[in-house]
Amino acid sequence: MGAQVITITSGKGGVGKTTAVANLAVALAADGARVVCIDGDIGLRNLDVVMGLENRIVYDVVDAIEGRCRLRQAMIRDKRLPELYLIPAAQTRDKSAVTPSDMIRLCNELRTEVDWVLIDSPAGIERGFKNSIAAADRVLVLTNPEVSAVRDADRVIGILEAEEKGTPSLIINRLNPVMVKQHDMLSAEDVLDLLAIKLIGIVPEDEGVIVGTNRGNPVALEPKSRAGQAFRNIAKRMKGEDVPFMNLEAGTGLWARLTGRK
Amino acid sequence: MSDSNTLVEIKGLRDGLLISLGNAEWDELRAALMEQIEVRRSFFQGARVALDVGSQIFHVNELSELRDTLSERGVNLWAVVSESPTTEKTAQLLGLATRISRPRPQETTRPPAEEIGEGAAMWVARTLRSGTRIEFPGNIVVLGDVNPGAEVIAEGGILVWGRVRGIVHAGVKGDESAVVCGLDLSAARIRIGGVSAVLSERSGESHPEKYFLEDGIIKSESWQSNQS
Repeated sequence: MGAQVITITSGKGGVGKTTAVANLAVALAADGARVVCIDGDIGLRNLDVVMGLENRIVYDVVDAIEGRCRLRQAMIRDKRLPELYLIPAAQTRDKSAVTPSDMIRLCNELRTEVDWVLIDSPAGIERGFKNSIAAADRVLVLTNPEVSAVRDADRVIGILEAEEKGTPSLIINRLNPVMVKQHDMLSAEDVLDLLAIKLIGIVPEDEGVIVGTNRGNPVALEPKSRAGQAFRNIAKRMKGEDVPFMNLEAGTGLWARLTGRK
Repeated sequence: MSDSNTLVEIKGLRDGLLISLGNAEWDELRAALMEQIEVRRSFFQGARVALDVGSQIFHVNELSELRDTLSERGVNLWAVVSESPTTEKTAQLLGLATRISRPRPQETTRPPAEEIGEGAAMWVARTLRSGTRIEFPGNIVVLGDVNPGAEVIAEGGILVWGRVRGIVHAGVKGDESAVVCGLDLSAARIRIGGVSAVLSERSGESHPEKYFLEDGIIKSESWQSNQS
């Protein structure tokens, strides 16, 4: 069976795409799957930093596409998980170094090698985004509970629908239950009401994520982290497992429980 | 070579190129277009192109494939001009412009709003997301929401079976009898003719409403089930 190619995108920058890719990849690989992440942000690479693999880079995705190395040589093995690989972006080139058909070819080659290909899309809706979604079997749209991020997510969903990529699933990242309760932040319901697509996970705001990102240690590896748990749950749902939302069905109960812990 | 020259006509516009396709099967036209681009590679490199496809009908996958193919050759397709409403709709879906600044010579094929009467409406059975712009020289019916950042622009009236949080502009060519109706217009930005609705504090419960122009001011009338 070939790999599933999943692209994570958001429209707006800074909402946590790269962190989400690193965490979902780690969560899938920790469960025994073979996973490759591709950094689609050519010219502004940083997935390698978030995964803590920066100093292992020899070849990058453009080298692989332009044939300066074999695909295997551009795949950096993770230092913790033996079946997790990263194909880093080129830092000294720009988005026009890659075309949508390059990405499709690259991913087709990977399909036989691994179980999952996760693509970290750059922000925006231009070339880099088009490249990143070209090969996707499924797209996850990530947003924050902020009006501007939701607006951009809506735009991206519209483009994905227009390109007949199928309806994407939604991850709401950095939700702060205390702020939602005080009506200072959009609730998950508000976001879903506007975007009207299937929710695949809500990641609560968690300072540990920033620490993990800076140190190159994704929180999905931390058994006690709430955000890590949320990412692990999303990874399970990607595999088709039916994992209950962190008490979301209880409605306000989720907020009560989360705020009670603070 | 001479063949592809007659099928593909290239003109300079103020802000790019206008490529007009002749009358032939799409496969043939596409080949001719690609041949022109291959032959004059440096001329087309980085060009901003509007494509006049005449009455050719395009669906989303064909048009997006064409746009991507052109983009791989360094050609930026920004507009598709067409006589076919299907193609126009496709282009709008993909976020391409459907009008270029210079009017088309055969613009008269479209009747002005007054002559459209009650018959002509564009039926849009989906939610319009941010960045979508729907224009029609008649009435527009939307079965779905109009999200923030989406625009619906009609020479006639607009009816939205859903919630409107984007821009709706009825009677865009000056038809003052045009109306805007919707299930929930409480967060809509409404224009009729040249007049914008003053956003009043519209509170609480949403209900179906009709907006219309009276004495140069936009007024609203809510629909209640106990009315006739």
